[in-house]
Amino acid sequence: MIINGHGRTYQSWGRYPKVKRQNVVRIHWRGDSLDLAHINGSVLPRGLGRSYGDSCLNEDGTLLDTTPLNRFIAFDESAGLLRCEAGVTLAEILRLIVPRGWFLPTTPGTKFVTVGGAIANDVHGKNHHRAGTFGRHVTRFELLRSNGERLICSPDENADLFRATIGGLGLTGLILWAEFRVQRVAGPFIAKEQIRFSCIDEFFEISADSDERYEHTMAWVDCLATGRNLGRGLFMRGNYTRPKPIPRQTTEPRSLFTMPIQLPAFVLNLMTVRAFNSLYYHSQLPKRTFRTVPYDPFFYPLDAIHEWHRLYGAPGFLQYQFVVPYAQDRTAIKAILTEISRSGVVSFLAVLKVFGDVPSPGMLSFPRPGVTLALDFPFRGQRTLALLDRLDQIVQAHGGVVNPAKDARMSAASFQAFYPQWREFAQYIDPKFSSSFWRRVTQASHE
Amino acid sequence: MKLLIAGATSAIAHETARYFAADGAELFLVGRDPEKLAAIQHDLQVRGAKRVVSYALDLNELERHEAMISEAYEALGGLDAVLIAHGTLPDQARVQHNRAETLQEFQTNALSYISLLTILAERFEQQRRGCIAVISSVAGDRGRGSNYVYGAAKGAVSLFASGLRARLSKAGVAVVTIKPGFVDTPMTAHLKKNPLYASPARVGRRIYVAMLKGEDVVYVPWFWRYIMGIIRLIPERLFKRLPL
Repeated sequence: MIINGHGRTYQSWGRYPKVKRQNVVRIHWRGDSLDLAHINGSVLPRGLGRSYGDSCLNEDGTLLDTTPLNRFIAFDESAGLLRCEAGVTLAEILRLIVPRGWFLPTTPGTKFVTVGGAIANDVHGKNHHRAGTFGRHVTRFELLRSNGERLICSPDENADLFRATIGGLGLTGLILWAEFRVQRVAGPFIAKEQIRFSCIDEFFEISADSDERYEHTMAWVDCLATGRNLGRGLFMRGNYTRPKPIPRQTTEPRSLFTMPIQLPAFVLNLMTVRAFNSLYYHSQLPKRTFRTVPYDPFFYPLDAIHEWHRLYGAPGFLQYQFVVPYAQDRTAIKAILTEISRSGVVSFLAVLKVFGDVPSPGMLSFPRPGVTLALDFPFRGQRTLALLDRLDQIVQAHGGVVNPAKDARMSAASFQAFYPQWREFAQYIDPKFSSSFWRRVTQASHE
Repeated sequence: MKLLIAGATSAIAHETARYFAADGAELFLVGRDPEKLAAIQHDLQVRGAKRVVSYALDLNELERHEAMISEAYEALGGLDAVLIAHGTLPDQARVQHNRAETLQEFQTNALSYISLLTILAERFEQQRRGCIAVISSVAGDRGRGSNYVYGAAKGAVSLFASGLRARLSKAGVAVVTIKPGFVDTPMTAHLKKNPLYASPARVGRRIYVAMLKGEDVVYVPWFWRYIMGIIRLIPERLFKRLPL
């Protein structure tokens, strides 16, 4: 039976794979005696379901919907510490802290995620080279285990469980609340510079030149360009600022548009995406542009279109993100871009960034020093899956890893090769907790 | 703004309170469970409330209403507005065979409202300003076979509020009747959801606006005014046969 929260089924953001049978239990109060042990089958915490792959799905099991846990607990402005329940969204936090001169320590590309989800996926953002992952800024949280234990976890208390839970994909227990650092910023605007680069080598030059001076850096890559143009794109970098005079509209803009329907899958094809990429690349005529923009369109361009995943039609889409060490980066990125353009499979959005060397606290965290590329692929069956399997091999050959938090398809063998520490991590999993993802990538060794 | 909220731990009341908190309001929260009240209190404090006072009380204890309201006046130094939002949704199929349970539902959903309103009416009539909002329900617009115990109690609240509005309008006091349709809250957690369900946040926002403006009768979301308009027009001869 599928119990719908809002008359809608709970799927993943990428809508691949699709689940058929899944229960939902809502968690309303953090103080309630929550008897997880008596729920039939396995359980998995769920926030806003923005995970692309199946790490937010629990087929034949139960999802613990944490979105009603949306209360703030304390905001200590002298220490810059915010404490709130696990279901509070980054959007709500920004609404609270931005007018008071604060900002999130780091943010992913959407503000529609919960704090619990940000921890469980140890999310990263455009300032990774400075701030590291979200988990770096978490000072403590309370974890409910299925045996009824409530554990305060911090770097000093239950430290192993703290490390396992950050980036732990919701498998170690239910986070009820968390405390984390926020940062004082110059203002809620970004002084943004955008630079056109014509090849991948130029990207690395600009990136090396930017990381010292810019809090935020990332690049969009046209992954359909080949030959001389391989790896061309637009590099964005920026710092927080308060423009003078301050524009009137400083708060978040209202959403512009909700994707009303699912587009037919054929709309995104090689031709339309090639045309879009080419237009986007050439839309910037000068080599460099400077603009001061509100934080919202800078960090969350896609949040302006609610339900943008409907662009990909009924089959859904896959996100593929990997990181390769600095020493291997150019050859690996070139090899992957070449492989993609040769395959004829389209990637609509490709984002390139150089990670810094701030270590991630999570046992299973994905971000690490190196260069990361994130790609969206409309799901086109076996052809897409086969390409991604080939990419896994290239990534592995270059000493890289694939992001499990966004994955919907990698083989158990690949996952275990990328994350040999998974056995250590498995000791900290709550026996009642599981996910479609976890069963998929550990299956081979359970049988 | 100095605001008393009865039933402050309800999802709708909490969402409404968030808007007042962001304006820097002073709030007096009444609810049964001290732990839940504390969770709400902290949330509203972080969101900008100037002051939040919690008061644990089962609102079925009618004889303690007077003392609670005096305490609210004292703690905040007066009241500008009141929101009465507590309630239970009985399982009709069960309570309809049980006199004690039916009367208990009436106590919670109607008599406790009437008790609070009677005391507050005296105070607000004297101070000659302010706003009293009550959460009734679209269920109170007509008695349906599937939900008439709850519906009758809410109907009593709507009628009482209507009369009180006429009386207090002469003193410049607004009485706002809120009639939510289906809202996705813990109270309806066990019911199957359909596309007519609204989020508590949307309902809370609407109540906040209605209270600031001092509106009369507010259906939330708005389309319920028309749905209920049609349902009220159906002749009883036909209505009694409908599976509603």
